[in-house]
Amino acid sequence: MEQFINWLHQPWPWYVAGPIIGLSVPALLILGNKQLGISATLHQICAACFPGNVEFLKINWKKDSWNLFFAAGILIGGFLAGYIFSNPNPVALSSKAIQHLKNLGIQQDRGLMPLTIFNWHNLFSIQGLFFIVIGGFFVGFGTRYAGGCTSGHGIFGLSTLQWTSLVALISFFVGGIIASWFLLPYILKI
Amino acid sequence: MKNIKYLLLGIIFGTALTKGEAISWYRIQEMFFFQSFHMYGIFATAIPIGMLSVFLIKKFNIKTIQGDTIIIPQKKYHHGLIIGGLIFGIGWGFTGACPGPLYAQVGAGFTVVIITILSALAGTWFYSYFRSKLPH
Repeated sequence: MEQFINWLHQPWPWYVAGPIIGLSVPALLILGNKQLGISATLHQICAACFPGNVEFLKINWKKDSWNLFFAAGILIGGFLAGYIFSNPNPVALSSKAIQHLKNLGIQQDRGLMPLTIFNWHNLFSIQGLFFIVIGGFFVGFGTRYAGGCTSGHGIFGLSTLQWTSLVALISFFVGGIIASWFLLPYILKI
Repeated sequence: MKNIKYLLLGIIFGTALTKGEAISWYRIQEMFFFQSFHMYGIFATAIPIGMLSVFLIKKFNIKTIQGDTIIIPQKKYHHGLIIGGLIFGIGWGFTGACPGPLYAQVGAGFTVVIITILSALAGTWFYSYFRSKLPH
């Protein structure tokens, strides 16, 4: 029993997590002609809660409420896998990544996120402003402008052989590299 | 009640994201610095399996459980794919999360990410408001 509980706390290798993520594409299609795309939930929540008189927010969000249930499921999945059955050890990063974090002056905590950055006290610091507030704003603005995120373009779009999604995914990566290589070290020094 | 199946599927998806550490800020940094295969392994298995599934759905004309034909809408090119894509990418580098992982991070107990989600909603709203003035 103890062994089983220990096993539940273990992280999964990429060759277990990846295929399950990929299978969500046919699962959603077969369950009801739904297209994987999580950033759409942000659009739906905006339309439901703060529609103002904005043309782009005049959508029938109730018709796509399945996606809000899917997002709620992701939150519950995060709770089960990342809180109840969390990995007691630090993320097993490569030695290069560990060294790199040290050079940046970031301490690797036991969980999935560096608590020195992602905590409520840090929210009103310059770092917190970038990592939590501005970062979030860019995620919301950019995904809607691009018409999708890593799931909608990266997984669903590429699974359905759409070249426009490849353009989007490459742009996501270039943006991420700009942030991590050039902006992050600068912000961490402030 | 018809939405319960999507909740259950979301739980499986969120569990895979979390157990696969795709919601980890550390893993995202490691990915952008090409320091490990881990995240690329997730993409390199998820996408081909998605492709193969969609291929089989089309080849055997598999229907939904309601008996409907499966429709895959085509995404058209517009400049937002690149401009918006770059902006989202920068946000991804900062937060270590795309929209799916944001929900999972909150579930995993990083409650301050609620603010990141509220900011993302503000970003989505801002885009919606200025949409007609932006190049597409």
